[in-house]
Parts: sequence; C-alpha cells; structure tokens
Amino acid sequence: MVKEPFERVVVQHGATVLRVCRAVVGPVDADDAWSETFLAALRAYPDLPSDANVEAWLVTIAHRKAIDVVRRAARQAVPLADVPDRVLPAQGRDLDLWAALAALPTKQRQVVAYHHLGGLPYDDVAALVGGTAAAARRAASDGVATLRRTYPAIDQEES
Amino acid sequence: MTYVPDVSDDLDRLRRHLAVRAAAEELLDVAYRTVDSPVGPLLLARTPAGLVRVAFEVQDHDAVLTALAQQVSPRVLEAPGQLDDVARELDEYFAGRRTAFDLPLDLLLLRGFRRDVVLHLPDIAYGHTASYAQMAELAGSPRAVRAVGTACALNPLPVVLPCHRVVRSDGTPGQYAGGSAAKLTLLDLETQVGVAA
Repeated sequence: MVKEPFERVVVQHGATVLRVCRAVVGPVDADDAWSETFLAALRAYPDLPSDANVEAWLVTIAHRKAIDVVRRAARQAVPLADVPDRVLPAQGRDLDLWAALAALPTKQRQVVAYHHLGGLPYDDVAALVGGTAAAARRAASDGVATLRRTYPAIDQEES
Repeated sequence: MTYVPDVSDDLDRLRRHLAVRAAAEELLDVAYRTVDSPVGPLLLARTPAGLVRVAFEVQDHDAVLTALAQQVSPRVLEAPGQLDDVARELDEYFAGRRTAFDLPLDLLLLRGFRRDVVLHLPDIAYGHTASYAQMAELAGSPRAVRAVGTACALNPLPVVLPCHRVVRSDGTPGQYAGGSAAKLTLLDLETQVGVAA
C-alpha cells in the first residue's frame, strides 16, 4: 500500500478533527488544537505504518494537543478586559452546542468527542482517557443523555 | 449522534495556515499548486531546493502527486504561496514577456542519460527547434535518438525545460507529454514573440 500525499489526509480528515477539537476544547482554542494536531501528524507521517487507521491516529494526536492547548491557555490566562482578541462569528458555528458540551464533566466530553465525533472505538477511547472500555461507554452514554436534556436540537440533527 | 456543523470555511483558513507553518518549520517537503495557462491547468510542485515537477492535466495531477509522495516524500501540501515565483515567471512566459526561466530547479527525479538530455534542453534558444538527433548529439550520445525521445517524454519539468523545442527531423512537431496541441501552442507562441521582437 502506498502512502498518500499528506494533503489528502488533511482533506479527508480535517473536518472530523476540527469537530473533535471544538467539542473537547471549545470553539476558540479548537483552531490551535487543530493546527498543532496536523503539524505533529505531518512531522510523524513518513513513519506511520501504511496500514494504520489514519483517523484514529489523528484523534489520538488531537487528544494530546487538546490537553497542551488547555494547559497553555490556563497558564496564559489574561484579565477579562483584554479578551476580545478573537471575535467569533456566530454564523456557521453552533455556540449552544459548544456551551452544552463545555458543561459536561471533562471525561464525558472527551469520550463523546472521541467516540461519537472522532469515530474511535471504546477500547481506543479508554486507552486515551484512562479506565476501561465499559467505563468509557458508560461515560459516553451519560454525556449523550445530558446533552439530550441541555441541547434538545441534537435529536433534530440526527439522521 | 451525527450532528455536523458546517466547518468548510474554517477548514480552508486552517489549511492555508497549516501550509505556512509547515514551511516555516521545515516540514513541507513538497509544496504544490495549480495554475491556469494557455495549455490547460498546470500542476507545479517544489521542494525546498527548487521546482521539482510541472505536469499537464492530461498527465493526471492526482497520479503525479501520488508519485511525488513516493519518489520525494509523503509530506506533500497544497501551498500556493510557495510557488508564487514560478507562477509569475510562467505568466510572463505565456504573455510573451519572458524567453528564459530563472528559477531554482530540483532535478532529483532525473538520473543518468535522461538528466543529460533534459539539462541540455535550454541550449535550444527560444523560438528555435532542434531534432531528436541533434539533441542526442548535444547530450553526447549521437546514436541514442530514441532515448532522447523517451527523455523528453518523461521530462519532469516541461515548459520550464523546453522539451517542446525538440521536434522530428522532418520538421513536424512530434509527440508531447502535454499532447501535440499543447506543443503547437508553445511553438507558435515562441515563433510569434520571436518575430515581433
């Protein structure tokens, strides 16, 4: 099997990784997490086995980069008065969904993002966030149950 | 749960940003873009050393990128800004304002006799042609006429290294990687500009 040009990896998986990043760190820090994820992936890409599950590999990197971004943001926390550096356009971004996700406990939010948005099996999710696959499944199910309450539109979006 | 917000605008912006950062961190082994031209869309690809590939649409740009990923490096990204100088010189060439290219070239796809032939292509002056036999002589192997044909057909840098100026000894254009119509277009362009000058 030949290795695809990396551009195709970005085109094929960029949207999924962005959704995962937004769900885990929120829409503001998601751009940084996405960029750091693909930069790290580009660096490691020549050594990736050609039969690897590329999307699972990217979600795994995104998990580590999301943690870095959150830590960095915490270190660089600035007084609120200085904030409007980046203003988010409301259009095309469902801020209610991010708010609902942000309200979940960290582990539930991660598990929902990696399994439901990133397509990672529960075994792999458990390897990332700790605990067993069964615990990850329970956390995801609790998270989705909460989202159904706090963000009713989620059921309308299901296809 | 299949909630899918639209992310395409943001992705375009993030992809452009990724290409810039990848280049800054020396992770961009192959940068590419496409440009429109009178001979159809051209794929341009470069390494940090210089222009490594020019390809016509009939050569299948996807296949060319896949080959570059194998022959050069899989770290391939669309990065138009990295090829601004190439695009500008090609524009000038097609507008008749440039008769020679002044670009760093990366000849890593070329070896042996093919490399000798291709490197002698700029010896044929703008607006002029040479036969395959004359090229064989220039490359130092007068009897290797067929091999010259192969070298021209497989030239990784057509237009910039002018294999279109190599024609059959009876004066007809002969074959071309970009199709014979493209070869005629280039020869006509150079003849008209040459006459006007």
